[in-house]
Amino acid sequence: MEFFVQQIASGMTSGAIYACVALGLVMIYVSTDHINFAQGEMAMFATYLAWAMIDAGVPYWVAFGSTILVAFFSGLLIQRVILKPLETAPVLALVVCFIALLSIFNALAGMIWSFTIKQFPSPFPRIDIFGNGLVSAQQIGVVAVTLVMLAILTVFFRYTTLGLAMRAAAQNATSARLMGVRVSWMLALGWGLASGIGAIAGMLVAPIVFLDPNMMTGILVYGFAGALVGGIANPLGAVAGGFIVGVLENLVGSYIIGNELKLSFALIMVVGVLLLKPAGIFGRVIVRRV
Amino acid sequence: MAALARSWATKPGIGLVASVFWIGLAALPLIGSVWESPSFDYYMFMGQSMLIYAISVLGLNLLIGFNGQISLGHSAFFAVGAYTAAILMNFGGIPYWATLPVAAVVCFGAGFLFGFPALKLEGHYLALATFTLAIAVPQLLKHKSIAGWTGGVGGLLLDKPDPPFGLPLTADQWLYYLCLAVAMVLFWIVFNMLRGRSGRAMMAIRDHAMAAGTMGIDTALYKTATFGISAGITGVAGALSAITIAYVAPDSFTLQLSISFLVGLVVGGIASLPGCMIGGAFIVLVQNSSQSISDWMKDTFSLRYDVPAWAIYGTLLLLLMFFLPNGIAGGLAAIRSRLGRKS
Amino acid sequence: MIRRRTALLSAASLAIAGQARAQKKYAPGVTDTEIKIGQTMPYSGNASAYGVAGRNQAAYFRMINEGGGINGRKINFISLDDGYSPPKTMELARQLVERDQVAFLFYPLGTQTNTAIQKYMNQKKVPHLFLATGASKWGDPKNFPWTMGWQPDYHTECRIFGKHIVANIKDPKIAILRQNDDMGNDYIGGFREGLGAGWEKLVVADATYEVTDPTIDSQILQLKNSGANVFMNITTPKFGAQAIKKVAEIGWKPIHYLVSVAASVGAVMRPAGIENGQGIITAQFAKDVTDPRWATSPDYIEWKAFMDKWNPTANQLEGSNVSSYIVVHALVQVLKQCGDDLSRENIMRQAANIKNLEIPLLLPGIKVNTSPTNFYPIRSEQLARFEGDHWTLFGDLISVEGG
Repeated sequence: MEFFVQQIASGMTSGAIYACVALGLVMIYVSTDHINFAQGEMAMFATYLAWAMIDAGVPYWVAFGSTILVAFFSGLLIQRVILKPLETAPVLALVVCFIALLSIFNALAGMIWSFTIKQFPSPFPRIDIFGNGLVSAQQIGVVAVTLVMLAILTVFFRYTTLGLAMRAAAQNATSARLMGVRVSWMLALGWGLASGIGAIAGMLVAPIVFLDPNMMTGILVYGFAGALVGGIANPLGAVAGGFIVGVLENLVGSYIIGNELKLSFALIMVVGVLLLKPAGIFGRVIVRRV
Repeated sequence: MAALARSWATKPGIGLVASVFWIGLAALPLIGSVWESPSFDYYMFMGQSMLIYAISVLGLNLLIGFNGQISLGHSAFFAVGAYTAAILMNFGGIPYWATLPVAAVVCFGAGFLFGFPALKLEGHYLALATFTLAIAVPQLLKHKSIAGWTGGVGGLLLDKPDPPFGLPLTADQWLYYLCLAVAMVLFWIVFNMLRGRSGRAMMAIRDHAMAAGTMGIDTALYKTATFGISAGITGVAGALSAITIAYVAPDSFTLQLSISFLVGLVVGGIASLPGCMIGGAFIVLVQNSSQSISDWMKDTFSLRYDVPAWAIYGTLLLLLMFFLPNGIAGGLAAIRSRLGRKS
Repeated sequence: MIRRRTALLSAASLAIAGQARAQKKYAPGVTDTEIKIGQTMPYSGNASAYGVAGRNQAAYFRMINEGGGINGRKINFISLDDGYSPPKTMELARQLVERDQVAFLFYPLGTQTNTAIQKYMNQKKVPHLFLATGASKWGDPKNFPWTMGWQPDYHTECRIFGKHIVANIKDPKIAILRQNDDMGNDYIGGFREGLGAGWEKLVVADATYEVTDPTIDSQILQLKNSGANVFMNITTPKFGAQAIKKVAEIGWKPIHYLVSVAASVGAVMRPAGIENGQGIITAQFAKDVTDPRWATSPDYIEWKAFMDKWNPTANQLEGSNVSSYIVVHALVQVLKQCGDDLSRENIMRQAANIKNLEIPLLLPGIKVNTSPTNFYPIRSEQLARFEGDHWTLFGDLISVEGG
């Protein structure tokens, strides 16, 4: 029984990582209707920038804040410069762009900082919550920050005018424009926010998994699964989905199929959700009219 | 893009151009009899690689360029084809050339099966599902339950075939001809398919799926069948690669491979058959020159580090999306039509 | 008379010329002034951390060239990126051998990658020297006379651990964490051999992981849950660090054995937390450059000077920068032994003719030895325990018969 509880707890902590990443994915999807394959690599790159600052002596919170800002403006810039001209291009062109960004960020990080793992400091104190080393303060911190971000985003999207404008721009650009929404800037803003969230996710995750250029590749897949399971258009759903995926992955790996098939399990989850309930557990179905 | 696909297919003289092209390719190995160079077999090997990639890109192009679906997971079908060939040769004692049709059928089946769930997925979602497939495949290949067949993580070592009937060719020249023959057959099949009713149906689905459905095209059947055929073609390329490299291992079939196919497709030209050949050649050439490109960039821009190959590909992809969205083939066609307009 | 003298003279000059020609024998890629050497390394992709070795060796060859080369010949070192992908390695090996005409391949990295090209190298009769992989199958001169391994192989190393456990720990209950690939499999085979015939009773838990797994926390929990008191940690650097950290965090205190691949102070022990690594046991064949006991030994001083001058951007705490340095010395010795006969046959012959070679930064007492029937250059390791902030050797050198 204790083992079962431990696996659930451990699953919740990896789930928190996935939830964090999933939030960034949802952000992009809600504001631009796209799935950003480069989300993981962008988050990793931002984390390296933070690491470089900390390594150079900058205090942790200053580096943390600056990285979020840099990530925000970079996201904005990427949307304006690279994605905006391709607004009307077919989906394939956009997917190719995301894959291109993925490759570039990964390769650049390896080039500049090498592929050896680096330690990334944690802002949370090194205290043992339950006394048996099961859950560290860092992991609780990840959960807490994720929930805080979730709350902020939910409030933002549902109760602020700007949030409403962003949702409108994503779902129906033409109508939104007619209502006076500056659609392109909404998309850029969405990207900026998503990059910022990604940076936070990266900086929270790195103390646990160690910083290296391939840090996010595995996580991204589970993050996708989490976002889909919970509902990719829904921040709350994505976070819930992340936790569900984390716990399930651990339980299934420990009890049912063994650790060697975890990725296949993620694949089955992704395909399964897409087939059976593409809007996710918490999502609402959108009917497309001709 | 639809217009592009139709125009070159119906142009007069296309048969002549194609024949000249293929005959030219077939003549290349004969240069080896005249030009005594120790590297000639290596160039034959490179030719095999280019043809194999061209066939893979052909498969992907059928799905993406001519049917409007998307796949980031064709490395999975390439792997299935390669392992099918390897297992048949290793355990079944089946001659290498006989493994090709089997690989085609097996991969067709795999693609068809994947096509069913793919029916409900569009654009980004399908990209996501196939992305996950590409990442999951290497782990699947290593699983201990099938390690008895697949060789597990160590992979399977195979024997490189010799030319049959005692022909006066080296093994590499023979394999080049094998790849060339397979490429010719597959390109011819696809070409005819596209010119006929199936091709028009496929492209109609690409251009406006809902309208195609109302016109009486069984979109579900065509989409799954296209997925199957596309997978089958790429699977044959995988089988050829198992034969020419004489080794299969899980680490050969990663997401990077799928991305390479995508690069080749985009560079060559979406929905362009000649583009597939260009794309295939491009993948091999650029991968080989990435070191030289990096050195050149280091000198020109006084960089401190080596520029990594994937940064170059990524940048290239972005530039192409902006300036040459129809790839090199599309660019050439545009130049040709502009020249045509002038005269 | 004159004709006979002329005949004698011509015969004599022919003989002398023949002898002179016989004295200088060159493989492709070798001239009076140059030796071309090829290598494949993962400079991109998942295994890129190992590319450090290639860069270090390139720096070393630059230093040699500055000093005039070997027997007057400069080294032209061509190290290409194969991204750890076997088909790519095959392509590059063919390019190096057939197009670039290198004399031989040196220290190509990776097990799957080398497996792909082994048959080819032997068919082409090109020396496939000092492979950078711990797989145990490279010392097979009967079937593959042109391939020679280098480092103590994984199988041997874990056999040492197995034997140590059985000899020193009463009633061991062993938990294993291993990477799900050929390296992991090789290690585990040797470990079981070392434990002896009853190994199934001793191993109470065996968990694997993939390189794509974000964390291995779940596996560590599984292992602790088994009640084991010994932990055999068979991982690569990133996961080794995660494991060390997690084991400490959950308060599990087994006797912790760590494979040498994941024992680098700079790449693993420091990121994992020095305090978490106390008491961990590993096996080494090279000196740990962070161990203060070597700080005054001349080979350390020489190595440090080399790193500072010729490879200043490298991280000196990374083990690869030591292991790559050691093997390149062996190669230089082989080339020196060749003299002017740099045919591929002679290069291979000299590689199989290394007698009691002592190399800087090898542990004292370890000598490199090869013979036509022994293609395992280094066959000894010594156990070390992590104390303070470095590895401290204990016990004696352990020699094992190869394979």
